[in-house]
Formats: sequence, C-alpha cells, structure tokens
Amino acid sequence: MATAAGAKGLMYFDSLTALWHMDGHGFYVWLAYALTFLPVAVMVWLPVRRQREHWRWIAAEQRRADSVQPGVTDK
Amino acid sequence: MWTFIHKMGSPPWFFRFSGTVVKWLLPLTLVLLAVGAAWGLLVAPPDFRQGNSYRIIYIHVPAAVVALAGYYVMAFAGAVSLIWRIKMADVTMRAAAPVGAVLTAVALVTGAIWGKPTWGTWWVWDARITSMLILLFLYLGVVALFEAYENKTAAARACAVLSLVGTVNIPIIYKSVDWWYSLHQPASIKFTGESAIDSSMLYPLLLMIAAFYCLFAVTVLLNMRAELVWSHRESGWLQQLVRKA
Repeated sequence: MATAAGAKGLMYFDSLTALWHMDGHGFYVWLAYALTFLPVAVMVWLPVRRQREHWRWIAAEQRRADSVQPGVTDK
Repeated sequence: MWTFIHKMGSPPWFFRFSGTVVKWLLPLTLVLLAVGAAWGLLVAPPDFRQGNSYRIIYIHVPAAVVALAGYYVMAFAGAVSLIWRIKMADVTMRAAAPVGAVLTAVALVTGAIWGKPTWGTWWVWDARITSMLILLFLYLGVVALFEAYENKTAAARACAVLSLVGTVNIPIIYKSVDWWYSLHQPASIKFTGESAIDSSMLYPLLLMIAAFYCLFAVTVLLNMRAELVWSHRESGWLQQLVRKA
C-alpha cells in the first residue's frame, strides 16, 4: 500500500485513518468486504484442494499397483 | 460450433480445455477483483445522500447479479442433462449450485450490512429480499437433494427438475422492486437509456460485475475439474495424466 501522501492524488480519502473510518461507515463497509472475500477465497480454494487430494490418491494407488506387479501396469 | 459443443461433452477433452482456461482466468479474476475493490473503496467519490456506506454496492450488486445469472446456467445445464442425458451437463449443474449459494448468501449478508446504516434495520421481509432468500434455499436444495439420494442418476434427475422449477423465481426477483415498491431501491443500471448513476461510480461497478462473472466461471470450472478427477479415477486418460505428472 502506498503512503497516505503518495496515494492522495488518486485516493478520495485524505488519510488512511479517514479511509478506515469512512465518516462512521467504516465498520459496515469493511465488515461487508471481509464477509465477501473470506467466503470467496474459501470457495476458490476448496475445489483446488479437493482435486489435489484426489490426484495424490490416484498416484498412490498407481504406485501400489506397480509395486505389486512390477512391469505389468507400467506404461 | 457444433464440434465444440460435442467436444465439451467429452471429459478428457474438457479436462484439458478447462485446465488452460483456468490457468489464465484465475489470475485475471483475482486482478479484476483487486482493482475493482480498490477502485470502489479508495477512488470512487462517496454518495451525496448515503455517504460512504454505498461502497458496499461494489460487492452487493455484482454478487446478486451473478447469483441470478448463475441460476440460469444451473437450470440450463439441468435441462440439458434431463433431455439429452449428457453426463457433463449434470456435472456442470452440480458445480454451479454451491457457487450460486455462496454468491446469494454474500448478496444477502452485504445487503443486510448496507441496510443497517441506510434503512436503520438489518432485515425487512420485503419482496426483493424474501425472493433472494428463496433463491438461496433453491441453490442449497439442489446441493442437499443430490446428497439425499443413494442412486446418483435419480439424484441428478431430481436436482435438474428442482432447478428448472425454481427458474420461476428469477423473473420475480428481477421485477420485485418494480412490482412491490418498498425499501429496496429499483435498478440503477439500465440497458436502455441513461443509468441513474454517475460514471465515476458506474465504471468500478461494471468492472466488479465483470470480475464476479469471471469468479463464477472459474469456480464452476474448478468444481467440475475436481469432480472429474474423482469420478474418472479408473479411466485410462486420467490414469495416464497422473502418471505423466
């Protein structure tokens, strides 16, 4: 994040404190954004994790099959 | 075009194609969300009547818009799976349901938080909010119904019927603010004629709507890919992919 002075040209608020308070509405605005991006992050991360777990499970199964009958299931 | 649609029904082809799409779409989504949120929170001017609380619009409206559009995607996939018995359509339908549920919940929660400083209350049983709550139950219903059946073919059929019946709710949500005039304001963005919102506020909003559409697409694709890896764990093409990796 840029410093308050550096960002002032683009930013509407005068300071980071003003940005945080938003004239008394800060609590509502930041709470709403937190309660949006938290579930969104979980929603994106869960299928990624699920796929990776499945992938590892299949790879483990393959290794097990290979060790039982070497050369037969290979290739 | 038809070959493309035909290919989409093939799990190995879809898995490869969606992998490429996700690789580009996921970073793009994150950038759009970050830029849109920073623009709406930091740069856009406050509303002359609502002050800074209106900044919730940049997540509330996109979440609600995409939650509604996502329902059509789910219902359409349900119809395709019901009529042509295409397995991939069924996978699409089930991948869209939890994403739609999360976006609907986000729209309801951010709406409640916005309502407190603006209307003085977290919740009113007005037509728009109540019909959105029904949308949440429809999405959750599709998720729960699939889990309730032992026979997954019957489960998919039941979910498809539920999602199709539920489409009747979507136009009601759209028109609710015009039919029952209450606390919730009518739409500010119009496809025809002037929008009732200044361009300094409109551009970040449009950007966030685009970001949420990307978010929906990428999450549905991720859900579908995770599902495909599991349901095709015995298939030769997936075994080969895992072996190569």
